Amino acid sequence: MRSRFFINSAAPSSLLSLVLTISSLPLMHAFSPGLRASDWPHFRGPASSGASMDASIPKDPKVAWSASLPGRGLSSPIVIGEKVFVTASAGPDQQQLQVLCFNAKTGESLWKRQLQATGRTMTYAKTSVAANTPCSDGKHVFALWSSNDLAAFDLDGNLAWLRGLTADYSNASNSLGMASSPVVVGKTVVVVIENDSESYSLGIDAATGKNLWKLERPKAANWSSPVPLPVKNGAPPAVLLQSKNGLLAVNAATGEKLWEHEAAASTMSSSIALSDIVYAPVSGITALSTSNSAEAPQTLWNSRQINPSTISPLLLDEKLFSVNGAGILTMAETKSGDVKWKLRLTGPFSGSPVGAGARIAIINEKALLQIVDSTAPEGALIGQIQLPLNESTKELTLCTPALAGNRIFVRTDSTLWCLSE
Amino acid sequence: MKLPVLLTTLSLAAAPLWAANNAETLIQTLASVGREGDGNEQASAAWKAAVALGPNALGAVLSQTGTGNPVADNWLRLAGNTIVDHALKSGKPLPFGELESFVKKTANNEAARMLAFDLLQQSDSVRAETLQRTLVNDPVQPLRRGAVAHLITAAAALQGDAAKKAYLGALEVVRDEDQTKTVSDALNKLGSPVQLQQHFGFLAKWHVIGPFDNTDRSGFEKVYPPEKEIDLTKSYDGKEKQVQWQPFESKDDYGKLDFNKPLTALKQSTAYAHTTFESATEREAELRLGCKNAWKVWLNGKLLFARDEYHRGQRMDQYKLKCHLRKGRNEILVKCCQNEQTESWTVEWEFQLRVCDSGGTAILPAKLDPNASR
Repeated sequence: MRSRFFINSAAPSSLLSLVLTISSLPLMHAFSPGLRASDWPHFRGPASSGASMDASIPKDPKVAWSASLPGRGLSSPIVIGEKVFVTASAGPDQQQLQVLCFNAKTGESLWKRQLQATGRTMTYAKTSVAANTPCSDGKHVFALWSSNDLAAFDLDGNLAWLRGLTADYSNASNSLGMASSPVVVGKTVVVVIENDSESYSLGIDAATGKNLWKLERPKAANWSSPVPLPVKNGAPPAVLLQSKNGLLAVNAATGEKLWEHEAAASTMSSSIALSDIVYAPVSGITALSTSNSAEAPQTLWNSRQINPSTISPLLLDEKLFSVNGAGILTMAETKSGDVKWKLRLTGPFSGSPVGAGARIAIINEKALLQIVDSTAPEGALIGQIQLPLNESTKELTLCTPALAGNRIFVRTDSTLWCLSE
Repeated sequence: MKLPVLLTTLSLAAAPLWAANNAETLIQTLASVGREGDGNEQASAAWKAAVALGPNALGAVLSQTGTGNPVADNWLRLAGNTIVDHALKSGKPLPFGELESFVKKTANNEAARMLAFDLLQQSDSVRAETLQRTLVNDPVQPLRRGAVAHLITAAAALQGDAAKKAYLGALEVVRDEDQTKTVSDALNKLGSPVQLQQHFGFLAKWHVIGPFDNTDRSGFEKVYPPEKEIDLTKSYDGKEKQVQWQPFESKDDYGKLDFNKPLTALKQSTAYAHTTFESATEREAELRLGCKNAWKVWLNGKLLFARDEYHRGQRMDQYKLKCHLRKGRNEILVKCCQNEQTESWTVEWEFQLRVCDSGGTAILPAKLDPNASR
């Protein structure tokens, strides 16, 4: 493993001093001002860590409402205020791309928009074209599909802009399907379109849909999602990209490379970046210190005992949780990586765990939602609910839940579910 | 397009709902968006203004659909989609008859007809369903699909000769792979096997040559002799020895040409396949390819597309390559590269290719096309 720090050779030493000075200031994510703490604005929640500081998870969740979806998908719902948004794809070749908006309290359908795929819609049978979770800056919803169509709507369903990223870059696709979820960092929508052929990541102006930057990336399939990096006061918003070649921190507004950590990172499970530590799916999990903005990150620890497999980890109350495909939930100390307990859940899982307070929620492929008390000495399963699936369509649940208020939102291929106490 | 011309194009009677005031200007802005978001700001403003016009703007939406690029079509589609959504919620009347007429007129643009059908389905699903049953010979594949589904359902309810007759009728019009398989399987059970290779128009008779080197996937970009000349009598320096063209015919129902058969199961190798296609007329067409190896396709010496992805999946019509066929002999060259992977799912070194129109109807070579001699 090797870490590199990029700096403009013309940068004055005073800038370095400034960076070092502010490195001790409080850290925060580059959230858009339009977002509230109660929102779940993108894949794995406000900080892309799987956790919500505002929500609570019911111990014994019950169905509050459900809504049939006109298309299939495994993208997660997102929640902005009292609206929940989810994407879907329909038609024989999943050419019909849908964005659906519901009242989060009642499940009432508020609006539906449908466009036609301009890129390739072939995917592995288990996944679908609606695989990427949408994201929001609190004013808009940015929806991306496996066809690399990217659409921005305001919260009332008015189209703000469109992009066809395979129409723009004709060899950008993956015949197994794309799945990386976009994220808004500052005023930039960061999109990972990395594949075996025309592989790149984009910073797109959230206001206009135009490129702010385009980075050529390793020619290799990559389903991991970008995560916002906590920024120190005054520093520009930054985003963390990962690939089979390692981690790359990028200025979200300009695409300028900030630092690089060369190591074989997962191309499926995504990182967590909180405070000044990155927990990356590298050889199990590797913790990297980014406390000194003027230097490349330093490895704090590595643990192969925490193996997130294809699933992304959860950081909750300074504990790291990981579920493998077989259903073993592992809790590790964030300071050392030491594993404290393992709890067998009912798998198999494709979705990632989410958490709030002391509780963790995770849903398996057969739509069994399980609630875990993360503070029990060995972890404890304290509640569960089986959601119905359509056996005739071999329906599965591959999504990661969303949390808002005291509600859990999950989607199966056919239905959006709201669960509460 | 001026309003009278627009109305003529849409085959409309005088309809106040359809009369556009400044809709055309706004809609043209949507149709003009370019690559990489060029024109997005103007389009965003125009979209809101056009949607505010309500159903009055639908005529302009349809007339402009298909005049720009596919992303521009989505701007227009979402305008139409939102206009109908707002009208349904507010109780505003919608031009059902005009939408239906627009769909029926096959001279209208394909994308625009699909949009008109989708808007009709959004606003009056019963009316759309009735219309759909009449589109059994529609040149637009997605529009035809619904009508064919009704034929298959009807055939499945029959027995014996009546069923066979119904399925044979469906076979005449079916284009999609899944529906064709349903029809073919039923006819096989009824003692009337289907020649799928000919039905789809797969090209089965080829000459192949290889292996050339593809170590470290370098062969994809390397220009080997078949890319410079096609002389089926010549031999060339191959990966390890001299290689020469050899005839190879695919017996696969779906026309898969498996290089592992004539060349043996190799890795890190590149091969070529060449064939000719006699076209009865000069025309627009599509070469539709399925391939899970890196590939390039040339038509009459012109590279149509190249893709360097390995073993991520293959399906029929995976890639639709628009092309222009000459009248008479057309030469097709396919380059297909096998990489270094050794997993069991990386054995395949093959492709399937067919010639068809944009609706998926096979274009048969002139010698086999019963219409060619007319």
